Amino acid sequence: MTNELKPKERMAIDRVKMPEQSPRRRIGNFEEVNQGLTEEQAIQEAKRCLLCKSRPCVAGCPVRVRIPDFIAALAEGDLPEAARILLADNTLPAVCGRVCPQETQCEQVCVRGAKGAPVAIGYLERFVADWALAHPDKLHKEILPAPTGKKVAIVGSGPAGLTMAGELARKGHAVTLFEALHDTGGVLRYGIPEFRLPKRIVDIEVKRLQDIGVQIECNVVVGKTVTLDELRQEFDAVFIGNGAGLPVMLNIDGENLKGVYSANEYLTRVNLMAAWRDDVPTPIIRGKRVAVIGGGNTAMDAVRTSRRLGAERSIIVYRRTEVEMPARVEEIHHAKEEGIEFLLLAAPLEILGDEKGWVKGLLCQRMQLGEPDASGRRRPVPIEGDTFVLDVDVVVNAVGTRANPLLTATAPDLKLNKWGNIETDERGATSLPGVFAGGDIVRGGATVILAMGDGKMAAQAIDEYLKQQN
Amino acid sequence: MFEVLSNDILAPNVHRMVIRAPRIARVRKPGQFVIVRVEEGGERIPLTIGDADIAKGTITLFIQAVGLTSLKLVGTPVGNHLRDVAGPLGQPTHIRKWGRVVCIGGGLGTAVLYPMARALPAAGNEVTTIIGGRSAPFIILEQELSVFSRQVLVTTEDGSLGRKGFVTDALRELIDDPQRCPQAVIAIGPVPMMRAVAELTRPYGIETIVSLNPIMIDGTGMCGGCRVVVGGETRFACVDGPEFDGHLVDFDLLSNRLAMYREDECRMLEQLPDELRARIVQVKR
Ligand SMILES: Cc1cc2nc3c(=O)[nH]c(=O)nc-3n(C[C@H](O)[C@H](O)[C@H](O)COP(=O)(O)OP(=O)(O)OC[C@H]3O[C@@H](n4cnc5c(N)ncnc54)[C@H](O)[C@@H]3O)c2cc1C
Ligand SMILES: Cc1cc2nc3c(=O)[nH]c(=O)nc-3n(C[C@H](O)[C@H](O)[C@H](O)COP(=O)(O)OP(=O)(O)OC[C@H]3O[C@@H](n4cnc5c(N)ncnc54)[C@H](O)[C@@H]3O)c2cc1C
Ligand code: SF4
Ligand code: SF4
Ligand code: FES
Ligand SMILES: [Mg+2]
Repeated sequence: MTNELKPKERMAIDRVKMPEQSPRRRIGNFEEVNQGLTEEQAIQEAKRCLLCKSRPCVAGCPVRVRIPDFIAALAEGDLPEAARILLADNTLPAVCGRVCPQETQCEQVCVRGAKGAPVAIGYLERFVADWALAHPDKLHKEILPAPTGKKVAIVGSGPAGLTMAGELARKGHAVTLFEALHDTGGVLRYGIPEFRLPKRIVDIEVKRLQDIGVQIECNVVVGKTVTLDELRQEFDAVFIGNGAGLPVMLNIDGENLKGVYSANEYLTRVNLMAAWRDDVPTPIIRGKRVAVIGGGNTAMDAVRTSRRLGAERSIIVYRRTEVEMPARVEEIHHAKEEGIEFLLLAAPLEILGDEKGWVKGLLCQRMQLGEPDASGRRRPVPIEGDTFVLDVDVVVNAVGTRANPLLTATAPDLKLNKWGNIETDERGATSLPGVFAGGDIVRGGATVILAMGDGKMAAQAIDEYLKQQN
Repeated sequence: MFEVLSNDILAPNVHRMVIRAPRIARVRKPGQFVIVRVEEGGERIPLTIGDADIAKGTITLFIQAVGLTSLKLVGTPVGNHLRDVAGPLGQPTHIRKWGRVVCIGGGLGTAVLYPMARALPAAGNEVTTIIGGRSAPFIILEQELSVFSRQVLVTTEDGSLGRKGFVTDALRELIDDPQRCPQAVIAIGPVPMMRAVAELTRPYGIETIVSLNPIMIDGTGMCGGCRVVVGGETRFACVDGPEFDGHLVDFDLLSNRLAMYREDECRMLEQLPDELRARIVQVKR
């Protein structure tokens, strides 16, 4: 019935607005900012989709979610069918619907974006996924194939590892997931804050994997507790998805003062260790004036966290301008609404301390944009002599991460590139037979959906590899 | 979940706990540690693996209750389970044949020292051990260390056991005796003690190894919270250490960073029931 809507009628509908907690209210809590669409809103938004034959949006999605198909089912109000399609293509849709940079992926190429706003694909994905989480009984029953008798070990429970686990379990392989920390999810757990991705969602997604037989062992640090070689002996194949969890240091004076954090530490304390809660013993320095250095999602998460921990001023210090910021547009927008200050074209020179070793200021260098660099972005260059001091008591370094060498250092035969990332072919195979890798450990810090895409691709490759082993 | 198999009191607020952790027992080496989370919602704290029994699949921890989490840990009864134990973490002690080695343990540091010291004789070293503490009850593991040490010297600040004074007094005498002057010193204990030992040996050029105890969270090199400066370079103690060349360590920085959460820690202690708090304040200085 709804499919009979004329394109003109579809075009007349305005893009839905996501219900949000007001900025004033949300800086006082850690609850989710985006409250999710109502069913009415979701169906209305779904009707904006033109169901294009050429399906550019699908090509814009790294895991090729059949976007028009699930949206069409949603527009019909057939949520079980919408969920079936979505879940078949995307293992973690409730996560992606929340954190994908849609504006540079599926929504960027949406036909409706040419004139006006693209279909809110991310919001719709989230809506259907949340519905599926809330109505497990209404979902189409999953029928698992008979066990193949093959065993696969997965290292790391971030999005790459979780996707891999789901894909392989659905092919009948016995999967054991090893995680170094005491809880699953990788960056989804320790990096991305509750107000963007409630940990309840990660819990349910992980539980769903356990329900289809995935074994999870936390507190196993591969390279220390067991070596890669031991895993290779015990399992028929191994997938490495251990992420890019090594903070890049600023290497400026004052970096070791009390009150200076890497974003990984700051966010881990707050997210994994729940330092924001009063009933938990994890301490964190709640600064009054907090500077966060960087312009990516990590920086936005840290700066907005500091606000919620009670900072009066929370300031982003970034050496380029807003257009070059790699963070999701929605996060930058939300940050501004929350009163985050953006100090652009400024680079840290030194962190200043008081006589007791606490941070008291950040010495900054004013920058300007010069010639484009290799990546095509205009390179920031210092304006000679133009420096100033920012009066702050906490500094968070969110300039980036690299591959953590803990595992790879104990696997000398595994081929790495010069940055320490694992080298793979386009399907995730490493230099060692039966060992595959994907996600940030291969790409360097990238995105959730790219890590998942790697997991999905490599799962196919592992499945074929295991069949050859027969 | 990791079962607590035994839990004995060695000294005021110092417990020896044996925990079932077969994977860790199998591969741990002297000098390595685990990260323990006692219960759901709890902190992660690093603790040295004092000993292990591969056949039984157990590890031994020596724990000094100094604050909320260590107190909860030592209060865990036999038969209960610790929520998380991850490891073994850190670099094993790089044991070489030095010749004469003096091992120095200050307070609980003696327990951290024990597995390393015990591994020394097999590599052809002669071990002299110095244990220091505030007073007699705080001197731990004297018996255990004497099994393989040529001599165990005890110093207490109040003279209630062994000689009155500091571990450095005993060390100075050894250095001054050409027959006993060590080729290497391993010193583990409170930061001021490790610093004093390093300062004492520096002019003699005696290799001095210390084990650093910065605040750790993940213990896998992911957060950088445990960073220390050694020879002007930033190192992550949980992956590069915890042992470093004592002559190159920036001890000021270490003690400064160790005090980062002092206010919170004191506040948490104040919220404890009186009799528990009294136990801790005794040892905490
Ligand atoms: C703060 C922050 C915010 C972000 N926001 C977004 C966003 O909004 N949208 C987006 O698309 N992307 C975002 N990203 C990037 C995205 O989270 C990552 O690209 C993605 O998580 C990578 O997935 P992964 O599975 O490769 O690794 P990770 O998520 O890093 O997971 C790796 C896992 O492996 C474990 N591990 C590591 N070493 C070992 C070992 N030796 N043995 C066992 N386990 C090990 C780790 O503990 C971890 O759990 C963000 C990243 C950060 C840090
Ligand atoms: C590699 C290493 C090995 C260690 N081995 C032992 C051991 O075998 N036995 C033992 O009793 N203790 C050991 N420690 C010290 C032990 O981790 C701390 O005493 C413990 O974390 C204190 O926690 P708390 O909550 O009880 O006390 P709190 O009151 O929270 O803290 C007391 C003091 O302990 C230190 N501390 C607090 N949190 C941490 C943390 N997460 N990591 C490190 N230090 C912290 C700080 O200096 C703090 O001022 C070791 C530390 C390191 C780094
Ligand atoms: S997974 Fe991400 S890119 Fe793909 S459709 Fe969903 S939101 Fe878009
Ligand atoms: S491009 Fe946009 S309008 Fe076309 S099918 Fe995809 S979501 Fe619908
Ligand atoms: S404890 Fe996090 S890097 Fe060492
Ligand atoms: Mg504590």
